[in-house]
Amino acid sequence: MAGGTLTSGEYIKHHLTNWTYGQHPDGTWGFAHSAAEAKEMGFWAIHVDSMLWSIGIGLLFLYLFRKVAKTITSDTPNGWQNFVEWIFDFIDDNVRGSFSGGKNDVVAPLALTIFIWVFLMNLMDLVPVDLLPRLAQEAGAFFFGADPHHVYFKVVPTTDPNVTFGMALAVFVLMLYYSFKIKGVGGFLGELAFQPFGKAGLPANLILEGISLISKPVSLALRLFGNLYAGEMIFILIALLYSGGVAWGVLGGFLQLGWAIFHILIITLQAFIFMVLTIVYLDMAHQEH
Amino acid sequence: MNINLTLFAQMITFGVFVWFCMKFVWPPIMHALEERKTRIADGLAAAERGKREQELAEKRAGELLHEAKGKAAEVIARAEKRAGEIVDEAKSDAKVEGDRLVVAAQAEIEQQVNRAKEQLRTQVATLAVAGAERVLKREIDVGAHNDVLDELVNQI
Repeated sequence: MAGGTLTSGEYIKHHLTNWTYGQHPDGTWGFAHSAAEAKEMGFWAIHVDSMLWSIGIGLLFLYLFRKVAKTITSDTPNGWQNFVEWIFDFIDDNVRGSFSGGKNDVVAPLALTIFIWVFLMNLMDLVPVDLLPRLAQEAGAFFFGADPHHVYFKVVPTTDPNVTFGMALAVFVLMLYYSFKIKGVGGFLGELAFQPFGKAGLPANLILEGISLISKPVSLALRLFGNLYAGEMIFILIALLYSGGVAWGVLGGFLQLGWAIFHILIITLQAFIFMVLTIVYLDMAHQEH
Repeated sequence: MNINLTLFAQMITFGVFVWFCMKFVWPPIMHALEERKTRIADGLAAAERGKREQELAEKRAGELLHEAKGKAAEVIARAEKRAGEIVDEAKSDAKVEGDRLVVAAQAEIEQQVNRAKEQLRTQVATLAVAGAERVLKREIDVGAHNDVLDELVNQI
């Protein structure tokens, strides 16, 4: 257990706080030393751990796939190319199955990026909860002389709502872009205003359609965030058992193993759902009613 | 759990990743897979074509074989007929030659017989004359009775 002198509540809170860099209320810029300080920074702050892990994982994904893309042959594939082609076919099938908006060069690469990136970010959830934060604390204390209690390090980017909402908003922007592009400004606004009750029910239509439009990115982001946040939380709670003696520790070991195995399903499923819903939403943006 | 600048940083990051994937990852892989698809389709089509051509070739080979068999049978029949003819010819030739030989032999035999007869006659006449000479010695003049003797010879 990190620190050793922390209470359970402090331990959990410590695990749920991001490594934050931002503007202190007094106007200076720097790292937050506590959850309260991070909160006080308000909007002008950035979660360094989320950014590092998500960008690092994204670059890993792009590197692995780019490596294949550079050397790919139409002859007999081998090794890594096989695996990439398998993923590729899987994504391509899904896009072909769900997206009927004609030729679009963005949707398929978008789906591939979402699936692999989200999956890899979720995968960080299977790393034991204390391992990387503890290493970060040691490194922070050793290299920078920081107080270990003030070093925060969250390794699963998708448990940071900023990450999931960032992706969902990007998808939302694409949805709006294609809605306006395919249906025209009038067509899209007309869809919002004159359905489902016709011209007479315009305010009701606007409210209904508006909510359904906004709910798409919100549900997209919250579903991923909620699942992963809950999963991470359970891992943290299981980790708390290790401080309760041998019997609790053994039980915790089995629980962690079981939850991790179950979680393999969840992280894959969530990545898949995020991808499929993105395809479906973009498909809807292409459909004229 | 604070919403802050990370949100927009993530949007930008996400956009850049998608852009990179769209430019440098998806098209080459797509291209290679399409190319493989075409190659496989071509290969299958070629195999199909080859199979059809083989069938055609087999059919033609069968036809040729049939034709060749017919021709061979014809040739054999002709040859047999010709052989029969040759045998017949040889037979008739042999018969003619045999007949000729028989005739020639008979003629020869007759000739020999005639010649022997002639000699015999001459000798008999001579002997007769000689005998008569011995018996009659003086009473018979060869010159005076020669015509009688000649007549005798001719009668033998």
